[in-house]
Amino acid sequence: MSKTEAAPEEAPRTAAERGRAERAADERELGAAGSQLSTAPAEDLSNGPVGIGVLGWARWFWRQLTSMRVALVLLLLLSLGSIPGSLIPQTNVDELKVADFQKRHDTISPIYEKLGMFHVYSSVWFSAIYILLFVSLIGCIVPRTWQFVGQLRGRPPGAPRMLTRLPAYTTWRTEADPEQVREAAAAMLKKRRFRTHIVGDAVAAEKGYLREAGNLIFHVSLILILVAFAVGQLFKSEGGKLIVQGDGFSNTLTQYDDFKSGSLFKTDDLAPFSFTLDRFDATYERSGPNLGTAREFVAHVTYSEGADGKPQKKAIEVNKPLVVDGSKVYLLAHGYAPTVTVKDGRGKVVFHGAVPLLPIDNNISSSGAIKVYDGYTDAKGKWDQLGFAAFFVPTYGGKGNGTMFSQFPALDFPVLNVGAYHGSLGVNSGLPQNVYQLDTDKMKPFKDDQGKVLKKTLLPGETLTLPEGAGSITFDKDIKQWASFQISQQPGNNLALTGSVLAIAGLAGSLFIQRRRVWVRAVTGKDGVTVVEMAGLGRSESAKLPEELADLAVTLIPEAPTAPDPAPEPAKDQVAEPAEAEGAEK
Amino acid sequence: MILAATTNESLAHTSNYLIYSAMAVYLLAFFAHMAEWILGSRSKVARTAAALTADASSSAADSGTVKVQVAKKGGGTAVLERPKVVTRSSSGNRDVPDGPGAAGGDVKGDLYGRIAVSFTVLAFLVEFSGVLTRALSVQRAPWGNMYEFNLTFSTVAVGVYVTLLALKKNVRWLGLPLVTSVLLDLGLAVTVLYTASDQLVPALHSYWLWIHVSTAIFCGAVFYVGAVATILYLFRDRYEAKLAEGGKPGNFATSVLERLPAAASLDKFAYRVNAAVFPLWTFTIIAGAIWAGDAWGRYWGWDPKEVWSFITWVAYACYLHARATAGWKGRKAATLALLAFGCWLFNYYGVNIFVNGKHSYAGV
Ligand code: HEM
Repeated sequence: MSKTEAAPEEAPRTAAERGRAERAADERELGAAGSQLSTAPAEDLSNGPVGIGVLGWARWFWRQLTSMRVALVLLLLLSLGSIPGSLIPQTNVDELKVADFQKRHDTISPIYEKLGMFHVYSSVWFSAIYILLFVSLIGCIVPRTWQFVGQLRGRPPGAPRMLTRLPAYTTWRTEADPEQVREAAAAMLKKRRFRTHIVGDAVAAEKGYLREAGNLIFHVSLILILVAFAVGQLFKSEGGKLIVQGDGFSNTLTQYDDFKSGSLFKTDDLAPFSFTLDRFDATYERSGPNLGTAREFVAHVTYSEGADGKPQKKAIEVNKPLVVDGSKVYLLAHGYAPTVTVKDGRGKVVFHGAVPLLPIDNNISSSGAIKVYDGYTDAKGKWDQLGFAAFFVPTYGGKGNGTMFSQFPALDFPVLNVGAYHGSLGVNSGLPQNVYQLDTDKMKPFKDDQGKVLKKTLLPGETLTLPEGAGSITFDKDIKQWASFQISQQPGNNLALTGSVLAIAGLAGSLFIQRRRVWVRAVTGKDGVTVVEMAGLGRSESAKLPEELADLAVTLIPEAPTAPDPAPEPAKDQVAEPAEAEGAEK
Repeated sequence: MILAATTNESLAHTSNYLIYSAMAVYLLAFFAHMAEWILGSRSKVARTAAALTADASSSAADSGTVKVQVAKKGGGTAVLERPKVVTRSSSGNRDVPDGPGAAGGDVKGDLYGRIAVSFTVLAFLVEFSGVLTRALSVQRAPWGNMYEFNLTFSTVAVGVYVTLLALKKNVRWLGLPLVTSVLLDLGLAVTVLYTASDQLVPALHSYWLWIHVSTAIFCGAVFYVGAVATILYLFRDRYEAKLAEGGKPGNFATSVLERLPAAASLDKFAYRVNAAVFPLWTFTIIAGAIWAGDAWGRYWGWDPKEVWSFITWVAYACYLHARATAGWKGRKAATLALLAFGCWLFNYYGVNIFVNGKHSYAGV
């Protein structure tokens, strides 16, 4: 609307010159009346830098950056820049996939690496786009806010000279005198919550400021969300813990299996609480095409808040984390922990406990290691260590089935296959130990009759006896389950949520509310009869504006009843008769 | 333990029959619409050209005189003459009347158009029952996999169209493209995407399923309606521009495009539709983030589905910005709107089929 050029394509071939000149005049005048109907910055990018030297250029650059067009380009870039991250595996999503990708594409991978393609969302170029966007956003919001405050303190601009040129216009003659009409119109508009005042011979009124307010709130809340995101990244902590049924966890750094935290996180920030895994329930689809698909996972825990809080019960499910003291405990995965008993040659129990094994497929075929670090001495009484490569299936297919893999995730026919080794488990090598893997480098297998690694598939209660009085391992009947949890603490979530709610509210205000102005002019005509003119102007053309204007007029007419039509006289300031074009506004 | 965990087979079969029946009725609606367009092509209206070559200063439209009823104090009503309101387009818009619709004023064509609408409403009801029985057969929201997603999507799209018709909006021009694509959508659903009705995996047990997925489907359906209007806008705008330059568009183009609403009306319609659902789409993403926070322990993890929702969101924000920026109105903004819808489509089909992510519920 503030555009001051008349597009050539619509200029009529007949009387084109006249039309263009008229339009230009209109636009100038409407420009004044329509100014400030929004706080959107004017587009004046074609100008070069004003002034000279660094300051001039800086100012020019700043104006560019905070212009709508650059905001548009940056937004486009942001969406384009997000694409590669969804197609190329990302380190922070799945490191294994990244490694796999790098193995398969050895020419392109180094290039991708340099471009940050494996961590797009924390790469320099992606950060540059959104930082520029947010600088632009701030540079845009601040002046717009001031401008808006100014508009709120000021008053709607007075009526343009030619109301007939406005998008919606109506007029009638009345017996009432102009003053009276203006008063009545002002009162009526005020009652309808227009900001209203009388300037000269006309009433000026405006409504729908919430649109601008909503728009500003929306953009501010975008900043709020970004800040919340940053705070979350800097102060967050996130760790994993695998817990076997009956075991417990207390929230200190040493208890975690793995732990990550933001750069400003301090260990004392960990909320003090503890919990015990009482029981884990899982149910699976027993028929149909999705046979074996999990239907329900529930971890029943007892937790206490603080150092010595009262124990409380809670069921943690996939979508229902436990929330204690700002930390959230999520259920991540589960599996089986068969209980085994290992004895030495003299029958002394050197290990007894549940050994968590990691699932390797959907039917929870699981593998892992059973390690006996201390207390074992071999047949000759010499100190040694034992290791067993363990493979467990909850539902065995049977001997003739040809597969060792599990047939179903529940404990229908559990078997445990163990392969036995002795020697050094390698704990003292200084390298981090993976508890779920048996490093057999420094170990010797026990041999069976054929000289192969001694291996046996055990049913619950069965025992594998090691050769030459080296002892035995028993697969106990008590098979436990384990559950793994992610314990995370992320400040800033509430801020992000507040920002999001504000963003939606602001957006709704910004998109659904029309900001519009209405003018009512009442003057005494040549023949002494009052002429009332009403016109409306909105941000965008809307079918509602004429409707509203008509409504307002209908409300005003009882106060300024229509007078009989005048004797035909040449309209002095009137547009040509409107063309009969039915159905233009629907 | 979940109650009623077994699926009700007979209800599931009923649902399948209903979906096939709905497709048959949509097909009838499609033929009726075709008949409407073909019969309508007999009428010769060239109002656009007339309007474009007329003197611009006289091209103000008149919203007409309407009688309004006003309640009087002592009961009873008085009929007030509603004043004439003269409306003018702002500069940059051609003052062109809307086309008469597919039937082009042809009585028989109009009859077929009405038949088509009746079939569409009928098909909508049948399809809706199909979705409902599907939901009942599994005792959950019918949004567990892509088959169900497709069904609901087209049901909602037609629902939006039927609602607009019921509100007496001038949208019958949407009928043919909508019915055509609904047929394609359903065809895809029953062939490639078909999944027998079944229970959900635990990650989908959440009331956020209802909130997040229902709004996602709704937004998609409305964005779709917006995209159809945008495409038609681009054609019609080119047509009007050609006429305004004194060109002569081909016979077929004239016959079809002449009957569509004016470019300005189409543009406005598309904008309203897109702008109206944008806040809801924003909400959908936020609801998804909250759900992800509960289910996966992080609100935002740049999972492909999340990324593409974000891209779609930014693309629509671009479009809205473009509309507010002088140099980008009209065709350029329309192109952005189509790009944005393309992102939505890719998020729905592309990501589910080609990209592996956490949203692998889709069961294709
Ligand atoms: C972070 C990225 C941004 C997003 C997602 C965004 C989104 C939006 C959306 C959805 C609207 C439409 C609301 C409406 O039409 O009233 C809008 C309007 C607007 N935006 Fe942004 N915006 C962003 C950045 C910016 C920047 C950097 C600027 C300033 C240069 C800006 C200036 C404006 C203005 C002036 C309007 C109002 C236009 C009008 O009055 O119709 N925005 N924005």
